[in-house]
Amino acid sequence: MMKFTEEHEWLRVEGDEIVVGITIHAAEQLGDVVFVELPSEGTVVSKDDEVVVIESVKAASDILAPIDGEITEVNSTLTDTPGMVNDDPQGEAWFFKMKASDPSQMDEFMDEAGYQKFIG
Amino acid sequence: MSDLQQTPLYDLHLELGGKMVPFAGYSMPVQYPMGVMKEHLHTRNFAGLFDVSHMGQVILSGASWEAVATAFETLVPMDVLGLADGRQRYGLFTNDVGGIEDDLMFARRGNDLFVVVNAACKGADIARMKAALEPQVTVTAIDDRALIALQGPGAEAALATIDPTAANMRFMDFGALSLDGVEVWASRSGYTGEDGYEISVPADEAETVVRGLLAIEGVEPIGLGARDSLRLEAGLCLYGNDIDAQTNPVEASLNWAIQKIRRAGGAREGGYPGAQVVQAAFEDGVARKRVGLAPQGRAPMREGTQLYDAEDGGRLVGHVTSGSFGPTLGMPVAMGYVGAEYASVDTALWGEVRGKRLPVSVAKLPFVAANFKR
Repeated sequence: MMKFTEEHEWLRVEGDEIVVGITIHAAEQLGDVVFVELPSEGTVVSKDDEVVVIESVKAASDILAPIDGEITEVNSTLTDTPGMVNDDPQGEAWFFKMKASDPSQMDEFMDEAGYQKFIG
Repeated sequence: MSDLQQTPLYDLHLELGGKMVPFAGYSMPVQYPMGVMKEHLHTRNFAGLFDVSHMGQVILSGASWEAVATAFETLVPMDVLGLADGRQRYGLFTNDVGGIEDDLMFARRGNDLFVVVNAACKGADIARMKAALEPQVTVTAIDDRALIALQGPGAEAALATIDPTAANMRFMDFGALSLDGVEVWASRSGYTGEDGYEISVPADEAETVVRGLLAIEGVEPIGLGARDSLRLEAGLCLYGNDIDAQTNPVEASLNWAIQKIRRAGGAREGGYPGAQVVQAAFEDGVARKRVGLAPQGRAPMREGTQLYDAEDGGRLVGHVTSGSFGPTLGMPVAMGYVGAEYASVDTALWGEVRGKRLPVSVAKLPFVAANFKR
């Protein structure tokens, strides 16, 4: 099941890893993504650290680490084809996988229905 | 936000799904559902329709063309008097230190001048013209007309389906057209590097005219986002970013805009604010120049990015004034100011983006060749 943050990220548990991306709503708001800068695998992050830079034609924005943990894998396909973020934000265009230091931090996030209500 | 002004096309923007943002005191569409990238490419390949009604339209009139033109020449370093009827020219208001107060387009309409200025500067521009030119010249701000731009290789064919005489205009011609019975003032010019027209339309007819144009196959509404990336690829300055009150025209690489007749040794040399500074800049050169900048990686270098002459250490040699992604080229594009010794094409520099120095080359402007019908 996907969980959603107020920062418009989605998180999906996959074995002992958590896959992170941005929501369809966020991708629509950003517009055409032209550049993605991913963190290094093995980076240890704290919740709200800026981990990914994403740029549209008009502006740059950051994606924050949703929880504490370690980046275990990044989707380097996005570096060469950043437009995937617009084409399939909640599928192929995941940004990174991480191992959570404290999986209970996931509990505060919304489910899909809650997120839909949040974005109104 | 409630004090934002609306153009005569505001309701139509909402109907078309425009994403409205505040811009120079107006609520303007930054993009439509097509999105900035596709809107940009559509304009380069077909035809884009832009609402630029936020810009200032002004008419200067007086006893004769000579009276109007010579008066206007006291404010701009351009050859105004030599402008033929029905022709348009690019201009600059200068200040006492040779800086640029605004850039503008001016066209001769019989004995009158029709002037289009930037939205953010229009109040100051109108005040400047009134203070300097009245009462000999009457300065009339036009508040009852919309301004639209139809740009792209398909613009001529589209406009000519409504008034075939549109096809007879050449680049920088100006004149009246009749669009389904509505008399409009059109110039064959724009802000995209493409062929096209800017069209002044009575406000109460604007929506009808725009609906008529949008009904033509290949014409799509385009927002301010794509307008900005189009003008940047075309190497055109955005006032407030690439030129400002502290930048003189020679630093801005706008020498071409100052005709010989107004330069030192010309028949009507000087006589505009800051003329001595500008003439000295022509003669002695300048310490910094506006140049095109091509980031070598995929990361855009935005406005404010600092430029260095080495990857580590080195000297700060300039900064970016406009930077974005160029959809036509599929790579980032920028312009900015660098020390004159770094201004030649292909000079290797480094731009500092999020603490990292990334390679960027000085590039020839425009990035995308102009496609005008001369």
